[in-house]
Amino acid sequence: MSACLDISSLSATLASGQRVLRSVSLAVEPGEVRALVGESGAGKSMIGKAVLGVLPPSVKIAEGSIRLEGTDLGTLSAKERRRVIGTKTALIPQDPLTALNPSRRVGPQMTDRLIHILGWDSGKADKSIRQLLDEVQIRDPDRVMRAYPHELSGGMRQRVLIAAAFAAEPRLIVADEPTTALDVTVQKQILRLIAQLQKDHGTAILFVTHDLGVVAKISQKVTVLYAGKVVEEADTAALFASPQHAYTRALMAATPRYTDPMASLKPVDDAVLAGLSAEIAAADQSWRAGHG
Amino acid sequence: MAEPLFRVSGLKVALPDMTRKPVIGRAPLVHILKGLDFELPRHQVTGIVGESGSGKSTLGRALVRLIEPSAGSVIFEGRDITHLAEADLKPLRCNLQMIFQDPMSSLNPRRTIGAIIAAPLKQNGLGDNIAARVAEALRRVGLPENFAKRYRHELSGGQRQRVGIARALALSPDFVLADEIVSGLDVSTQAQILTLLEKLADEMGLTVAFISHDLSVIRRLCKQVIVMRNGEIVEQGPTDALFADPKHAYTRDLIAAIPLPEIDADWLKAG
Repeated sequence: MSACLDISSLSATLASGQRVLRSVSLAVEPGEVRALVGESGAGKSMIGKAVLGVLPPSVKIAEGSIRLEGTDLGTLSAKERRRVIGTKTALIPQDPLTALNPSRRVGPQMTDRLIHILGWDSGKADKSIRQLLDEVQIRDPDRVMRAYPHELSGGMRQRVLIAAAFAAEPRLIVADEPTTALDVTVQKQILRLIAQLQKDHGTAILFVTHDLGVVAKISQKVTVLYAGKVVEEADTAALFASPQHAYTRALMAATPRYTDPMASLKPVDDAVLAGLSAEIAAADQSWRAGHG
Repeated sequence: MAEPLFRVSGLKVALPDMTRKPVIGRAPLVHILKGLDFELPRHQVTGIVGESGSGKSTLGRALVRLIEPSAGSVIFEGRDITHLAEADLKPLRCNLQMIFQDPMSSLNPRRTIGAIIAAPLKQNGLGDNIAARVAEALRRVGLPENFAKRYRHELSGGQRQRVGIARALALSPDFVLADEIVSGLDVSTQAQILTLLEKLADEMGLTVAFISHDLSVIRRLCKQVIVMRNGEIVEQGPTDALFADPKHAYTRDLIAAIPLPEIDADWLKAG
């Protein structure tokens, strides 16, 4: 069986030639939750954007391939690529308020994609959305579908977007920091919902987060990134049992932990970062040599 | 027991809700803080935790009198400042400093870092020997002296927050309000800023109100905690005791909802 998502030595550059993704390879199996974790600038959201075909215009893919269920996106025409990405993937965004159009009711925004991209008739789309709203435990779907985004709480908006993502029956969902803007108790409810729906629908998820706590609770496998480079990849249980890379260990020691406050919140050692920078500089140099 | 720096009793804040204002007449009031009683002991970091809308930032702003309470009293160093006029507050301002959440929007983009740190010094009559005072403030937060010539956009997020701290501490205040000062930062930067604040609070004997939505950060930094919900205090006490034996169901929920960075297959199912 081929991987749901197969990224192979993907490099992306800015116009200046600076690399923002550095030969990233990762494969996500069907039904797997893969966490991408790193600090700002690590390239974790960039990978999600590359998969969804929505990289900012300033970022160019310089090398490598992205395959969705065996289909190499790079070999397709722009129109074909949009169709493949549109049918096979969906996004759960970070900020549910900016992801929804403030001047339209929620219901039509949820069925739009089903009708216009997947070509479903409105009856089927409506039925699917109602089913999913039930699965995300929204008990009054009529009210929610008639509401404008500002009439819903942050947690409700995120539920709506989760329902919309799963309704399209995608094979892969990119969840880009979906709980970062939420309160901690709401975050837990939302994580639980995503885990439940993921299991019921067998959807693979690329879960972008900066929070190792969230990684531990939601993912089966994890990729640790720094400056657009894969630092470590492991089964989540193995990563927390014995992190191999010094940077992974440093990130874990920096993460607050109420059960052991004095051993947590340790600033990352400069030597670790210097080591990483040297590694990256050397890799960039040999990459440039190979790419004129 | 020494006199606490702040003694707050029956504190209420109500503000007009402009979204429900009729065309003619007054807007109805929203009650944001509903009668709070607490003390902030001297030379200690007190955590104020709650979810969005709990009133924790409003509470902070009432303490430093950026807003005027509608009822109750705020006693600062034995003096009632609840309804003091701005002119009478002015001499107290150098003792009531604030570090903001977002240093990007709280640092003026057109002024150098040096001018930003110097502004409160000049404002409070410490305009002599300004370069040395600014250099000292920068040194204290671990930034090189030549940063005084730089602008906000030339700094990283962590460096900007260090400037925010330098500005607040330049006047050697008794009290500092730190409102969500690390919530926009990466974990490694967050750790740096918090250890810096921890060190400075200790060295300078500061009294700090540390507002955060993150109980695990508060666990590390704060001697005591105030847990807020819907404008009320649901629980307060020493941090150790609160974590060892949370009395209120809401506090237990808040603690249980924190995802610890360790494998626990039952965590998602529980609660």
